[in-house]
Amino acid sequence: MRCWSRSRPSSRSRMREFTGTGVSPGVGVGRVRVMTGSVPVPPAEPFTGDRVAETARALAALEEVARELESRATAVGGEAHDVLSAQALMARDPDLAGEVTVGVSAGLSAARAVYESFGFYRELLGGSGAYISARVADLDDVRDRTVARLMAFAVPGVPETDERYVLITQDLSPADLALLDPAQCVAFVTEEGGPIGHTAILARAMGIPAIVACAGALEVPDGAYVLADGASGTLVLEPDPARVERARAAEKARAEAVGSATGPGRTKDGHPVPLLANVGGPADIEPALRNGAEGVGLFRSEYLFLDEAVPPSEEQQIAAYRAVLEAFPRVVVRVLDAGADKPLSFLPPAAVEPNPALGERGLRLLRRHPEVLKGQLKALARAAEGLPADRLRVMAPMVTDAEEARVFTRACRDVGIQQAGIMIEVPAAAVRAHDIAEEVDFFSLGTNDLAQYVFAVDRQVSSLTRLQNPWRPALLDLMAHAARAATEAGKGCGVCGEAAADPVMACVLAGLGVTSLSMSSPSLPLVRAALAAHTYAECQEAARAARAARTAGDARAAARAALPALETLGL
Amino acid sequence: MAERHVRVESLVGLHSRPAAEFVKAAAAAPMEVTIGRFAEVPVNAKSILGVLALDARQGEQLRLCAEGDGADEVLESLATLFTEPNA
Repeated sequence: MRCWSRSRPSSRSRMREFTGTGVSPGVGVGRVRVMTGSVPVPPAEPFTGDRVAETARALAALEEVARELESRATAVGGEAHDVLSAQALMARDPDLAGEVTVGVSAGLSAARAVYESFGFYRELLGGSGAYISARVADLDDVRDRTVARLMAFAVPGVPETDERYVLITQDLSPADLALLDPAQCVAFVTEEGGPIGHTAILARAMGIPAIVACAGALEVPDGAYVLADGASGTLVLEPDPARVERARAAEKARAEAVGSATGPGRTKDGHPVPLLANVGGPADIEPALRNGAEGVGLFRSEYLFLDEAVPPSEEQQIAAYRAVLEAFPRVVVRVLDAGADKPLSFLPPAAVEPNPALGERGLRLLRRHPEVLKGQLKALARAAEGLPADRLRVMAPMVTDAEEARVFTRACRDVGIQQAGIMIEVPAAAVRAHDIAEEVDFFSLGTNDLAQYVFAVDRQVSSLTRLQNPWRPALLDLMAHAARAATEAGKGCGVCGEAAADPVMACVLAGLGVTSLSMSSPSLPLVRAALAAHTYAECQEAARAARAARTAGDARAAARAALPALETLGL
Repeated sequence: MAERHVRVESLVGLHSRPAAEFVKAAAAAPMEVTIGRFAEVPVNAKSILGVLALDARQGEQLRLCAEGDGADEVLESLATLFTEPNA
């Protein structure tokens, strides 16, 4: 993502605009708060005051930090909750408190003793395995919070202020993001990160306008007045009132367009593109219905069983599936997708793997545990009893070739499931989609994992998320190829990755020949509006123009240029 | 001195959520509790940093020790955390 600047025609050229990737639409205007994680190292000079009081001060600061982290943990859910409660445990660690006490008795200040004690554990953990090394960042965060308190510095992390602000930061962890109050943080901009990272997904879910991968953003001084446009990905320094007015008008137009776009997904000239929801559990059903989902394009069945030590009983499964099957006219269930970043204890791989993303996961793992796959398919078939035959569609994750697809289709047919499909996440499956189309009833492009494997970038390495950009032409070509293979075989080819949630990309995907789009529910209205504003021919032209580009940035710009109505939507 | 031998069942080893749950449970015990490998110096079971630094992986055998009134019951309930591989 290149950053470019527009110099004013004045004598002094000065950076006025920065461009990144808009990942959550909306306009935020306000003073900048730069979030930096830098807390100075406390000086090592000997402490000459009251050591007992100084020890008490150190321990009180640790306890305050622990309490703060705990209260934030209870306010959030999911992964962020686990991270924050583990950090609270670190702040309350009795051995750490012992180290700090010894440090102060030896003549260190509270801040220095805390700093050195954390340093001791940092050494200890840093030399361990990969998992723990990742915890070192969490440990540093606890250290910085405590030292900042003791030295009366601003606590690093999300600003605590009563004013509305635009947050600018290097990157934002889920833990930090979970703490943002949308009423105060009117937008955030990160210099790193990518469009399919946790940050982008959570920002959309929280409805905070956001720009990621915005090179140079950290040069904006704290307190500067800026406009951040999460639709276009533009950050404007010291915008004039006319500029703010324009952005606000565009946002209003978008809100109106979104409000008026209802009903099934289709282009302006009536080419249907069903809009479906990604669902992880019963709690997601209501928002999907509220946002007009025409069905479920991805039911992540493993989320029901993440904390189970044994495979769930058939009755448990049937109840969970039935709830979703009764709520929507079409439901695509992905069979258990375990392994890599989603280990399930009752589905262990054969051995400890150095590269789980390239190991036994998805269908590969289910072939090691055929009884689990069979049990799940049976439960699905039973849950669909008495419902229309095309209501239930089942797909397998991580399929590599036609032979694997055939095995899966046969397993579905054996229990009476009519519609069997596969996820296309492995590049080989996309390349040979013609072979696979003969073995299955439908495809679903899993863009997040497909990008991971095409670009050889581990999804979990946040420093490389820029390489995971779904606009990169190599990925567009592969998706086009798979969609064409499906069309030629008379089969459907949907998309169920985060890429589908980008309204511009959604038009391109429709143009590539994708037949349905599935995304997290909050993204549905804007995608519906973007499709409804363009003809099918315009979508095809946008797809062609994007594929003709050589970089992700150029591909997106070319697609936008071919989609004239984006302007009226404020996109 | 009461003692229990446990096997780490969790896929992620004694890390992440299993480690946090173990430490929280140990912290509630009214006595000292240690955990470690058989031939090594054990760590304080109430210290998340010590437990993480053990870096115990799935399948490893560990020894829990506690002393005092009710030590047996404490270790019994801590050991049950290991029998559930809640990865």
